[in-house]
Amino acid sequence: MLKDEDRIFKNLYNDLGKDLISSQKRGDWSNTKEIFEKGRDWIINEIKSSELRGRGGAGFPTGLKWSFAPKEKGSRPHYLVINADESEPGTCKDRDILRFEPHKLIEGCLIASYAVNSNKCYIYIRGEYFNEGQLLQNAIDESYKNNLIGKNASGTGWDLDIYIHYGAGAYICGEETALLESLEGKKGQPRLKPPFPALVGLYGCPTIVNNVETISVVPTILRKGAKWFSSLGKPKNTGTKIFCISGNVNNPCNVEEEMSIPLKDLIETHAGGVIGGWENLKAVIPGGSSMPLLPKKICDTIKMDFDSLIAEKSGMGTAGIVVINNDQDIIKCMARIARFYKHESCGQCTPCREGSGWMWRMLERMAKGEASKDEVDMLMDVTKQIEGHTICAFGEGSAWPVQGLLRHFKKEIEKRNNFNPLVNRNKNIPYLVDQHLLDKKNA
Amino acid sequence: MSVKKISKEQPEKFEFNATNNEIAKKILTNYPEGKQQSAVMPLLYLVQEQNENWIPLAAMKYIAKFLNMPYIKVYEVATFYSMYNLSPVGKNFIQVCTTTPCMIRGAYKIVEACKEKISKNENELSKDKQCSWVEVECLGACVNAPMMQINKDYYEDLDKEKTLKILDQILKGESPKPGSYRGRVNSEPENNRKTLLDVKNA
Repeated sequence: MLKDEDRIFKNLYNDLGKDLISSQKRGDWSNTKEIFEKGRDWIINEIKSSELRGRGGAGFPTGLKWSFAPKEKGSRPHYLVINADESEPGTCKDRDILRFEPHKLIEGCLIASYAVNSNKCYIYIRGEYFNEGQLLQNAIDESYKNNLIGKNASGTGWDLDIYIHYGAGAYICGEETALLESLEGKKGQPRLKPPFPALVGLYGCPTIVNNVETISVVPTILRKGAKWFSSLGKPKNTGTKIFCISGNVNNPCNVEEEMSIPLKDLIETHAGGVIGGWENLKAVIPGGSSMPLLPKKICDTIKMDFDSLIAEKSGMGTAGIVVINNDQDIIKCMARIARFYKHESCGQCTPCREGSGWMWRMLERMAKGEASKDEVDMLMDVTKQIEGHTICAFGEGSAWPVQGLLRHFKKEIEKRNNFNPLVNRNKNIPYLVDQHLLDKKNA
Repeated sequence: MSVKKISKEQPEKFEFNATNNEIAKKILTNYPEGKQQSAVMPLLYLVQEQNENWIPLAAMKYIAKFLNMPYIKVYEVATFYSMYNLSPVGKNFIQVCTTTPCMIRGAYKIVEACKEKISKNENELSKDKQCSWVEVECLGACVNAPMMQINKDYYEDLDKEKTLKILDQILKGESPKPGSYRGRVNSEPENNRKTLLDVKNA
C-alpha cells in the first residue's frame, strides 16, 4: 500500500478543509515563484522525465503534449483548457478534486499556462457539477484576492485569468475537440484531427487541453521532483492515481494508490471486497465504461496500469473500476451501457449514430433471450463496422465494451439465445413467402 | 441521440430582468472580443433560471439578438444539450441516474419510488404541478450509487425507503439535506478506511 506521505491528494475526503489557508498548510502555493524561476524548459523537462501520462483516459504523455505548443507566441494568443467534463460511467475522481483540492488545480493551471505560454485558462465543468463549480469559483476568487493569480500572479511576472465554463449534460464534450466546439458556443461535435488543438484549437489558436487530475498533480511533482514521481509504479506507468471503485463491493470509494497495484489488492484492501466474496466475482470494468470488461480469471492477477491492461485487450482509461458480481445479469449490464452510448452519440458520423442504437437493441433482445444464434456474430460485425470509422474515439468507446462482452461471455449469450427464425424451421417451402404468413396454417 | 420535446405552449415574449441583464453583460467579458457566441451556453442557463426551469423559443430569439448570432445556431445548441429543458418541468426537477454503476446497486428502486410519489411517467408533472422526474445518464457520483439530483443538489447512497422520505419532504415544500444518506463522509470507504488516518484523527 502507498505510504500516506506519498499521497498527493491529502484532502481527498475533506478532513482538512478546502479553503486557501488549509491548502497552504498542506504545501500548496508554498514556492510557486521558485518553480517559475527555474524556467519553462526545466518545467517541461521535469514533467517529461516524471513520465506523467494524462489521467483523462487516453494516457498521452503530458510533457510531450506541452512541448507541442509553439515555443514563441505569435500573433494568436495561446489557451489552456482544463477538461472537467467528467461523465464516463464509473468515474468520479475529478469531482472530489474540484470540491476538496481546488487550490492544487488552480496552482497547476498557473504553472501549466506558463509552460505553454498562455495567459487565459478555461475550465470546462460538466453542468451537473454546479455546486462543485461554485466551490471552485470560490477558490478562484480567493486566489485573485491574494494575488496568487491575475496580474503578476504570485509575484512571478506572469498574468493569468481563469474562467469557468459549464457544459450542459453532453458526454461527448469530454472529447477534447468537441469540448472546444462547445466552448465556442456550438454543438459539441468533434473536429477532424489533424490539425491538432496544440496548433489550431480554441478560436483557431494554439490550445492545450488537459484533464483535471493531470494538472492537479503537476505542482507536487515539481516540488518533490520527477525522480520521486517516477519511483512510484513501474516505468512508463509512473506515479499515483485516484481509483474510483464502484459497483458490487462492500465499501465503494475513491482512493489514491500507486500505479500498477494489483486489482485484487485494490478491491480487497480499500473497497472491502466483492459482495459475496472474491469467488462471487463475475467481471470488472477496469477503466470506465468504454473499456472492455475483464472476467474473473484475468482479474485474479491483473495489475492496474496502462500497459498491463492493454496487454489484456482492455485499458486503464479513467481508472473508474466497476465491479460486477454473479448476482447481476452481465448481458443486461452491458445492454445498459450500450443504451448510454446510444443516448450520448453526437450524431455526426453515421456508423456511430446508427450503430450504437443497433447494438443497444440487439443486446436488449439478447438479455431477454429473443435473439437468434447468428445474431451474436452479427453483433460482433456491427462493432467492427463502428470501430475506426468515426471522427472521434467515441466509436471505439461504444464498440469496445460490447466486444469485451463477446470476447469473454460469448458462450453465455449463445446459451440463452436459441431463437430459430421460422424460415429455418420450414425448409420445405416451395417458393419465397412473406415470413409473417408462415404463422398461419392456411396461408 | 435523444429526441427533445419542444413545448406547444410558448410565451410570446422574453426579456432578461435587470439583474440578469447585468449578469449576462458580465458573462460576455469572460470571452475574447468578437467571440461572444461562446456565451450562448451560460446565457441559456440564465434564461432557464429566470423562466422556471425551462427555455421558450422566444428566449432563444432574444439570445440570438443579444449575441448577434443566427437564431438557428442558438436553437441547435439548446436542442443538442440535454440539460436545457425545452418544455416546462417542475419547480423541483428530479433526475435519477440509472447507468450501469447505479443500476447494479439498485437505481430502478429509486425510479419506482419516483413513480409512486410523483408521477407515473417521466417528464410528467406531479398532482400539485411542483415536481417532475426523469431518468438520466451517469451523473458522475458512481462510488455513492445509487443517487439522484434534485435541482442542483446530489442525494447519494440511497435506497427505496430513504428516497420515499426525501420525496415526501420535497412534496411538502421542505428542502432535505443533500449528500450521503448512509452517514458516510463524501467518498471515503465506509467503516473501512485505511488511508490518511493520521490526518483524519488529527
